[in-house]
Amino acid sequence: MATVLENLKYSKSHEWVEVLDNGNVRIGITDFAQHELGDLVFVNLPEEGDEIAVGEAFADVESVKAVSDVMSPVSGVVCAINEDLLDAPESINADAFGAWFVEVENVSEEEELLDAAAYEAFCEEE
Amino acid sequence: MGSYVPSTKAEREEMLSKVGVADVKGLYAAVPSEMMVDSLDIPAGMSELEVASKVSGMAKKNKLFDAIFRGAGAYNHYIPSIVKQVTSKEEFITTYTPYQAEVSQGVLQNIFEYQTMICELTDMDVSNASVYDGASAAAEAVTMCVERKRSKMIVSGAVNPMYIQTIKTYCEGADREVVIAPVKDGVTDMEALAALIDDATAGVLLQQPNYFGMIEDAAAAGEAAHAKKAKFVMAVDPIAITVLKSPRECGADIVVGEGQSLGIPLSFGGPYLGFMACKKELMRKLPGRIVGQTVDHDGRRAFVLTLQAREQHIRREKATSNICSNEALCAMMAAVYMTAMGTKGITDCANLCYSKAHYAAAQISAIPGYELVNNGEFFNEFVTRVPDADKALAALEEKGILGGYPVDGGILWCVTEMNSKDQIDELVSILKGVN
Amino acid sequence: MQLIFEKSCEGRSCSMMPSCDVPVCEIPASLKRESAPKLPQMAEVDISRHYTELMKRTHGVNDGFYPLGSCTMKYNPKINDEMANLAGFAGLHPLQPVHTVQGALEALSVLESYLDEITGMDAMTFQPAAGAHGEFTGLLMIKAYHKANGDLKRNKIIVPDTAHGTNPASCTMAGFKVISIPSNEDGCVDLDKLRSVVGEDTAGLMLTNPNTVGIFDKNILEITKIIHEAGGLNYYDGANLNAVMGIVRPGDMGFDVIHLNLHKTFSTPHGGGGPGAGVVGCKNILAPFLPLYHTVKSGEGYEMEAPAQSIGSVRSFYGNYGIAIRALCYVMTLGKEGIPEASSNAVLNANYMRVNLQDEFDIAFNNICMHEFVISLTRTKKDKGVTALDFAKALLDYGVHPPTMYFPLIVDEALMVEPTETESKDTLDEVVRIFKEILKNANENPEALHEAPHTTPVSRLDEVKAAREPVLRYEY
Repeated sequence: MATVLENLKYSKSHEWVEVLDNGNVRIGITDFAQHELGDLVFVNLPEEGDEIAVGEAFADVESVKAVSDVMSPVSGVVCAINEDLLDAPESINADAFGAWFVEVENVSEEEELLDAAAYEAFCEEE
Repeated sequence: MGSYVPSTKAEREEMLSKVGVADVKGLYAAVPSEMMVDSLDIPAGMSELEVASKVSGMAKKNKLFDAIFRGAGAYNHYIPSIVKQVTSKEEFITTYTPYQAEVSQGVLQNIFEYQTMICELTDMDVSNASVYDGASAAAEAVTMCVERKRSKMIVSGAVNPMYIQTIKTYCEGADREVVIAPVKDGVTDMEALAALIDDATAGVLLQQPNYFGMIEDAAAAGEAAHAKKAKFVMAVDPIAITVLKSPRECGADIVVGEGQSLGIPLSFGGPYLGFMACKKELMRKLPGRIVGQTVDHDGRRAFVLTLQAREQHIRREKATSNICSNEALCAMMAAVYMTAMGTKGITDCANLCYSKAHYAAAQISAIPGYELVNNGEFFNEFVTRVPDADKALAALEEKGILGGYPVDGGILWCVTEMNSKDQIDELVSILKGVN
Repeated sequence: MQLIFEKSCEGRSCSMMPSCDVPVCEIPASLKRESAPKLPQMAEVDISRHYTELMKRTHGVNDGFYPLGSCTMKYNPKINDEMANLAGFAGLHPLQPVHTVQGALEALSVLESYLDEITGMDAMTFQPAAGAHGEFTGLLMIKAYHKANGDLKRNKIIVPDTAHGTNPASCTMAGFKVISIPSNEDGCVDLDKLRSVVGEDTAGLMLTNPNTVGIFDKNILEITKIIHEAGGLNYYDGANLNAVMGIVRPGDMGFDVIHLNLHKTFSTPHGGGGPGAGVVGCKNILAPFLPLYHTVKSGEGYEMEAPAQSIGSVRSFYGNYGIAIRALCYVMTLGKEGIPEASSNAVLNANYMRVNLQDEFDIAFNNICMHEFVISLTRTKKDKGVTALDFAKALLDYGVHPPTMYFPLIVDEALMVEPTETESKDTLDEVVRIFKEILKNANENPEALHEAPHTTPVSRLDEVKAAREPVLRYEY
């Protein structure tokens, strides 16, 4: 079944958040999410410099017959995007926690996030 | 009355009773009775023989010309017999969009082959499965150019007015600005065009050959667009483009056009074929259906509709285009046409158009009052002055000739491989006789 | 099977073009293309056989039952094609003088009058080339109408969640915001919900009635009234008109603008995905906004007129004219009795199949349906792991085209069945038997269904590979 990493925080819309040493955060989608979505074939990412806000879609992921929004668990400014995903969306399926989508700086707001145990329990209910 | 319902009266009774309703009205219980139609005010139905006779009667009221010297967006080219034969197969005519790939390999492979041929013709990387026609293809190309901070489109004033009209209508919907670049001597005024392009410009659209038949310096427009990081769109004639500098050689990012010339009848304006191709970088911005190659579970090569997450049935209100049905059967006509003609046939056709148009232009413009309006290079359409357009066209019509199309300042003539030297000579002699 | 490019052979050709009978004029070198396009080089016999091979790998309505929900795959009468191909229509240049195309305009005008009567509309345009194109056109007319009234804040269109994907996409193209409203438990519009979202920013409503679960919304008059009272206009998506032609008219339901899919309801063929025609009809209040040009009777003859406040053009010329001729033949053949007969038999066929399947299959909203109904295979998926996709693929082995899959979105594991009126009781009985046999197989040997189909030219495709590594053309 889906893995959950201890050192990350999670949103109820199945994004993970990693706080970096410099205070920036990286965001990706969880192993549970990639499992539900199935084989991903494309990712639409924002541009560097874009402002993103809590609860709003900042990216979307495409499978063969569906497209799903990726919601932002934080508000801030995108300072880096993971361009590798554009060429290899399958890496999200292979390693969801390694396949970060964006790095965000100037984080001003953060939604109430779950820790690993709480998220695992949440997934079981889903 | 005519009917295509196979069930007999007895069978219908049996079915109604199985459903548990007394009569057909019972099926419509949810329809408020005050809304029900008593009887439609249209004629009673007819036998096939009667329909054939009535509709043929309407067809006979139209005048078919022996010779056509009119283009302006619809072109009289030769259609090889095999095009009509092959595309009349019932399977191709009656099948739906190939969503069930396992039983639609014929249609899918054909679209894949069509896409390849369009890529070859336009010298681009990727083609879609077609859109409605040339004008709507141009309007869809505008949407492809738009980026978040770039939404203004600059369109040459020498583009076919129907294309401009369509682009404006589409842009009105999306609240986008369209700026028309001025025309000088029948071609786009390149200096004026360059001056219009700024950092908010999404793209520049030019037609090759343009509405007046003139060959544009497309590369210059492409350079001007790219200098400001705008996209460059070319609307091209698919026959002319086989011999004129290719869109890639002119720097085009997106190429669109009217595919009617590729084996599709004039048919009073439709159905036609909008083709669209682009560079690889823009692949995911292409609207409409696209067929891709893959394998089946047994490892055999097979074809399938792909990149579907761009489309309306998945992306709904976030889709950049709503296109669903396209012109698949017309795309098949074009594919068979391009195959039957081959590279040699289609370039021969282009060269015939060019030579005959230049012969006709020389003969017509030698008549007093019929001077060429523009001086530059043209392909197979050209504008001459005319002392009295109504008189000249009426005189031609009397002899079964559809003359050129009246435009500002003269007549826009079109000459194709269908116009023999004799036809051209007759046209010239009739014009000489008009006073 | 080989691609046509793989069959190509250097030096082979057909002989289509004559030699030049005027002095040859060379294109200046500076304007010439550097590399010629590479097209196939084929002898005519090989072209003929190539397309025959493709034909054998294509399933059409002529091959068998085609119950594709919302697509109305009825029989395409052959006389219609023959009439459209008459030289007197197919050979006409669209810019011929009006006095030389009087028969062509008469055909359009007569068809317009018939379709106006069938739909309860006042005027029509034939310009849109497909249903989605018609939606875009109709929405632009609504936009122009509000603009002409100085009512600029109306920027929202209400669309039920059962709508076809083209509806919301068309709204976006026309510059509207989409307000999606959920359906109530019987699959119809939730009136309270509708009332709660209308207001002075409501431009209009887009509705399919009967809706995409095959139910005629009995509150239709109330629904259209709510929109009108809020100052909006009602748009009718004609995709499902085949249920109610000659029975009830969109114009009488309170709709102001509609589109018809001639390639669904009026029997013109689908051509593998077009050409279709998305004729747009409207009430008089919207007629001034119709696209260019509108055919009108003038004395003894016909003329083309530009509507006073036209939205412009959505394409070249007057639309897919050849498709309109086919639809004209169809309406002339059926006439005043045949039109409602076609619809009532479409509804009868759907109900007959539904009733015969209801004991073993779960029917979404199982009640008297219109021309289509929706089966949900949620139970089979849960119990046996057999999905709607598996079921659809199994049908292919019986020579039956599958129903529409996974639509509408509000029903899980949906199969949307639309038999149309042109299928006989015998065919329906046989298909019911096949449905039951597949369900039995699904219960007894579910694994086998994951592998279906077995008898088609190819087996299931790797769609993930197609999307991840797009190969969209042949590379020489």
